[in-house]
Amino acid sequence: MKYFGLIWKNVWRKKIRTSLTLLSVFVAFLLFALLSALGYAFKSGEDVADAERLVIIDKVSLINPLPMAYKNRIAATEGVHSVAHASWFGGYYQDPRNQFAQFPTDPYEYFSMYPELEMPEEQLENWAKNRQGAVLGRELAEQFGIKVGDRIPIQATIWTKADGGRTWEFDIEGIFGTNDPRGSTAFFLFHYDYFEEARAFGKGTVGWYILRVTPDADPVQVANAIDLQFANSPNETETSTEAAFAQSFAKQFGNIALIVTMILGAVFFTLLLVSGNTMSQSVRERISELAVLKTVGFTDRAVLGIVLAEAVLIMLMGGLLGLGIGWLLVQGAAQQLGAFLPGIFLSGEAILTAVGIMIGAGIVAGIFPALKAMRLSIIDALARA
Amino acid sequence: MKTIKQIIAVTALNLRNIPQRLASSVVAVVGVGAVVLVFAAVLSMAAGLERTMLSAGSDDTAIILRNGSTSELNSGLSNEQTLIVSNAPGVLKDGNEPIVSSELYVVVDVKKRSNQSDANVPFRGVQASAFDVRHNVTISDGRMFEEGKNEIIVGRSAQQEFMGLETGKTIRFGQNEWLVVGTFDANGSVSESELWTDVRVLQSTYRRGNSFQSIRVKLESPESIETLEQALAEDPRIDADVLTEREYYSSQSQGLVQFIKLIGYPLTLLMAIGAVFGALNSMYSSVSVRGKEIATLRALGFGPTAVLVSTVVESVILALAGGALGGLLAYLVFNGFQVSTLNGPSFSQVVFDFAVTPELLGQGMRAALLIGVVGGLFPAIRAARLPVATALREL
Repeated sequence: MKYFGLIWKNVWRKKIRTSLTLLSVFVAFLLFALLSALGYAFKSGEDVADAERLVIIDKVSLINPLPMAYKNRIAATEGVHSVAHASWFGGYYQDPRNQFAQFPTDPYEYFSMYPELEMPEEQLENWAKNRQGAVLGRELAEQFGIKVGDRIPIQATIWTKADGGRTWEFDIEGIFGTNDPRGSTAFFLFHYDYFEEARAFGKGTVGWYILRVTPDADPVQVANAIDLQFANSPNETETSTEAAFAQSFAKQFGNIALIVTMILGAVFFTLLLVSGNTMSQSVRERISELAVLKTVGFTDRAVLGIVLAEAVLIMLMGGLLGLGIGWLLVQGAAQQLGAFLPGIFLSGEAILTAVGIMIGAGIVAGIFPALKAMRLSIIDALARA
Repeated sequence: MKTIKQIIAVTALNLRNIPQRLASSVVAVVGVGAVVLVFAAVLSMAAGLERTMLSAGSDDTAIILRNGSTSELNSGLSNEQTLIVSNAPGVLKDGNEPIVSSELYVVVDVKKRSNQSDANVPFRGVQASAFDVRHNVTISDGRMFEEGKNEIIVGRSAQQEFMGLETGKTIRFGQNEWLVVGTFDANGSVSESELWTDVRVLQSTYRRGNSFQSIRVKLESPESIETLEQALAEDPRIDADVLTEREYYSSQSQGLVQFIKLIGYPLTLLMAIGAVFGALNSMYSSVSVRGKEIATLRALGFGPTAVLVSTVVESVILALAGGALGGLLAYLVFNGFQVSTLNGPSFSQVVFDFAVTPELLGQGMRAALLIGVVGGLFPAIRAARLPVATALREL
């Protein structure tokens, strides 16, 4: 630490070069922050999954509905603690571009299935009492400026009403948040009873079931028991844990996320290479100076430390700044784009990885010239100068 | 004239001693190369997707959906409504028969080859006339399905991307088994991502009664869509949206294409900024290494313009070399690379190839040129302003 002043002076020895290096490190880590947040959105849901929750969908396809009559049979299966259901409504608010998820469901069942959702008890009761009531997540409410007490129309793209209309009106009774910072609240819930009564077709069905197993039950066994129960029926089921369901859904996007990550990973390392090379170069240019340091009594180890510390310092300065700005941008994006791309999140894990890379890259960039500096024979080095 | 000669001489000198400062030159080249590579690779995804979606759409085919539905998947039309559309004005007739195809569009889970995971594959029920309302769809292998049987024909892209769809194989969806009897080719368009079967069989399998989801009609001319639209608007028995097939597919691809561009352009910009720093660094070090050389040239009578221009030219040449390298790499690695992804509006997979188009490569090279100029200019100004006496004294 006592050499900090010397290191600092060395860092700014060539101001333009250091600034440029800092800027490219900055860009690299800004990119890193944005990409890992985006990557997180792609596999969204996997990490927030609850191990005791299972999802039941139709075996042929997620889009096929399941009979409402399954509910009691599922609830009666051994190891099942509670059941809820939801369906895909697929409507939009005001403009076809404002598409977000709307699910018709049962208020109490849904909220007890997802304890991470937080809403005042009073709002939940009001919603349960009002047949045309609906609640929505804070992300959506903020994005569209919707408040409790508003009456809003949702345009259906699938579900025409029995009277031929496509506009469904709802009274907003509550706004919910989540206690899981990684979870999304970009969805809208309303009464299944209202949906079932008013829709023109598809009556007696739901989109999917969600169930919670009892704490001592084995989720895999429960899933098998349920699928077996409905085997060879017109609506065979596929039951999986919430995590497996989220994972398999994320896989539908395919290798695209992977390809983007790979391309950008390559870029990230290119940027590091560029800055690392510059740093090595700047050390090589100062070999004779280092020889002078050793002449005046600096130990080999101290010289090694000084050179390495300089490289790591540059990486950390540029990198942390990039990461910080990246974090701010991600926060902004999560607020602006929440409804369209839920789950943008810069995880602690990503931040730690980034800091690890900064230190690692600093060491790699500095180590060869630093070793050379350490092993330097004073006489040769001075003679070269 | 003298200046031009000087520029050429100094530039040649600069380029000849690049090997002496290889590392920083390579870094500049690699930096610019990476920008062009990423730009071309990411945007080739959007270009490929657009090509796949738009090549399926023509202006003289109209698609009719229930009013308000955003895609075929959401739509629904009764048998009566399909008859009204068939007999509407503006629809091209072959003799007395209108050229129309009423279709059903559902989704089935088929495993993807790349990750062995279930994917939503579009499963379309068609009539034989489906081949008449579409351009360039032909059976390339095997035969057409027989009406009334559980037989399917498979798009070529779907066959390559998903498992168990080879001709002659049987595939099971829920309780029903289907025999794959043929493969169809549609010039790489989105239709090739689909499985096709007899619409009547699909209706009964999916308990859809006698209903359909979309009708495609061949128009007498692209203009007659208005006639058709008006006729349907005036008919109280039907409440439908009429779009040309091109409009429909462009609306279906818009979201995903916009999303890729939304990521691609800012990232490229960010990277380009990074590459400018790399180029600047490289050129500054080039100028500082050659300080004595430049001073000597100036002492011999070479003008500052020659020094300035030659430095910029060197930077531009390095950048263009990098750009060409990145573009070439992008083309070799990514062009024609097949992927599939979930397309939002139809909630089903679309299989497409990355397309590294000449336009993309052109844009990439322009970006490289810009990086070269910006990265060379400031170091060039410094080189030109180098005080000759001081620089020479450093000898």
